[in-house]
Amino acid sequence: MENRPLEYDYTVAKMFMFTTIALGIVGMLIGVILAFELAFPEINTILGQGLAEYTNYSRLRPLHTDAVIFGFTLSGIWATWYYVGQRVLKVSMAESKFLMFIGKLHFWLYMVGVVAVVASLFLGITTSKEYAEFEWPIDIAIVVVWVLFGVSIFGLIGIRREKSLYISIWYYIATFLGIAMLYLFNNMEIPTMLASNAAGESGIGAWYHSVSMYAGTNDALVEWWYGHNAVAFGFTVPIVAMIYYFLPKESGQAIYSYKLSLLSFWGLMFVYLWAGGHHLLYSTVPDWMQTMGSIFSVILILPSWGSAINMLLTMKGEWQQVAASPLIKFMVLGSTFYMFSTLEGPIQAIKSVNAIAHFTDWIVGHVHDGTLGWVGFMIMAALYHMAPRVFKREIYSKSLMVSQFWIQTLGVVLYFTSMWIAGITQGMMWRAHDEFGNLAYSFIDTVTVLHPYYAIRGVGGLLYLVGFLMFAYNIYKTMSARPVEESELQNASPMGA
Amino acid sequence: MNIAELQAYGYFALVVFLVIALYSYIYHLYSTDKKKGGHDYEKFSNIALNDDISDAPVSPMSDDKEK
Repeated sequence: MENRPLEYDYTVAKMFMFTTIALGIVGMLIGVILAFELAFPEINTILGQGLAEYTNYSRLRPLHTDAVIFGFTLSGIWATWYYVGQRVLKVSMAESKFLMFIGKLHFWLYMVGVVAVVASLFLGITTSKEYAEFEWPIDIAIVVVWVLFGVSIFGLIGIRREKSLYISIWYYIATFLGIAMLYLFNNMEIPTMLASNAAGESGIGAWYHSVSMYAGTNDALVEWWYGHNAVAFGFTVPIVAMIYYFLPKESGQAIYSYKLSLLSFWGLMFVYLWAGGHHLLYSTVPDWMQTMGSIFSVILILPSWGSAINMLLTMKGEWQQVAASPLIKFMVLGSTFYMFSTLEGPIQAIKSVNAIAHFTDWIVGHVHDGTLGWVGFMIMAALYHMAPRVFKREIYSKSLMVSQFWIQTLGVVLYFTSMWIAGITQGMMWRAHDEFGNLAYSFIDTVTVLHPYYAIRGVGGLLYLVGFLMFAYNIYKTMSARPVEESELQNASPMGA
Repeated sequence: MNIAELQAYGYFALVVFLVIALYSYIYHLYSTDKKKGGHDYEKFSNIALNDDISDAPVSPMSDDKEK
C-alpha cells in the first residue's frame, strides 16, 4: 500500500456523476410531461382529479426547472470540478483527508437538499420566485453546500503543485463567487412567523413560509439580476470551464489562443452582470436601465463568441476528428449551439424585437437551444470523457453514442424551430388589431393555432430524453466494459463497438 | 439632480472605466508577449494537455522557493 504511486482520487467525482445522470433523467422526464401537458391539456389530470394537484403543469414546472438547473447542471459542474480540479492543479484528493471529507460532506448535504427541494415543491411549498422557489430553511442548507464547494476549490488550490491556475479554474472560481453573491442577495427573505401585519398580528403562516425582503419593481429587478446571471454563472461560465479542459484534452490540441481565453473571461465577467435588465423591457423599471440591459446584452456577443471561436479554432487542422469521434461531435456542436444562442439572446434583447418576443414561446425556444444544445451536450461529453478514466474501462459503445448524438440533435432542432414559429406567431397575433385599435384575436385563438407546434416540441423533447437514457445506459455499461491500459487514456477516449 | 440621474451618470462613468480597463488588459496581454521578452501565455495550454500526476508542472510551485 505504501509503495503505490500517487493517483488522482475520483471518489467524489463519481458520486456527482451518478446524481448528474439520475437528476438529468428526472428533470428531463418532467420536462417532456410538461411539454405534452401544454399540447394535450387532459394530461394535466392523467392520474385522476384526486391527484390533479400533483400532476398539473403549475405544480410540476418548478420541479422541471430546478431539477435540470440545480440537479443535473450543478451535479455536472461538481462532477467535473472534482475531476478537472485535481488534474490541472496536479494534486490528488487522496493527499488531503480534510478535502476528501469536505468533498463527501458536500455530496451528502447536497443530497439532503435535493430531497428537501423535491418534497417541498411537490407539496406546493414555494416562495413563488422563479428559479428561487426554495423556502428559507432550504436556502440556508444550500448556502452551506455552496460554502463547502468553496472550501473544496480554495483548499485544492492551496495544496497545488501547478502554480499557474488553468483557465478552467478561473471559470470555476467565477461560478462559485457569482452564484454565491446572486443567491444570497436574491433570497433575502423574512420568515412570516417573525413578521407582523398592519392589524398587529404576528406569527403569521407556517414556520417555513417567508416573504421577499424587496417589494414591487425592486423585487423584479433583483429577481432578474439573479435570474439572468444564474444563466451566466450556472449555464455559461462553468460550462465554458468544462469545454476549455475537455475539448483540448480529448482532441490532443492546445487551446487555439490562451490569451483570447483570458480576455474573453474578463470580458464575460464585466459585461454579463449588467444584462439582466433585458428581462424587464417595457416594464416599470427606469427606462435607462432597460436601455442599458439591451446594450450590454448586445455587447455580450463579443466575449461569448471569443470563447466559442477559440474552441472551434482549437480544432483547426483536426476537423477529421469531428467525423471520427462522437465525443468531439458533442463538443463541437455544443460550442456551435453556444454561439447560436449567444447571438439569439442579444437579438431578443433589442427593444423592438423584444416587443414581439417577450412572453412568447420564442423565449422558451432560446432557453432550450442553449440548455439542450450547449449545457446538456457539454456535460454529457464531459462525463463520456471522464468515464473511461474514472472507471478505467473503455466506453461501452461508440455506435450507441453516434445514434444518441443524432437523435438528440434532431430533438433540439425540432424543439427550437417549433418554438420559433410558435413564438413569432403568438407575438404577431397578440399585437394585431383593426383600424379602431380593437385586438384582432383573443388568447384562445393563439392557443388553437399553436397546438401543432406544441406537439412537435413535445416530440423534440422526447427524442432528447430518449438520447439521454441511451447516454445513461452507455455509462452504466461502461462500468463493466473492457478494462483499458493507462496508455490508452492519453487523449482520445477508448470506445468499444 | 435627483438620485436617479446621479445613478445614471455613475453607471455611465463605471461603463467607461470598465471599457478602459478591459482594453488596457488586452494591450497588456499582447504587449508583454513572449516575442518581446515577456510572458509566454500560450504555454499554459499545456496545463491541461500534460495533466498526469507524474507530469512536470508547467510552472511548479517550488519555483518560488528556489528564488
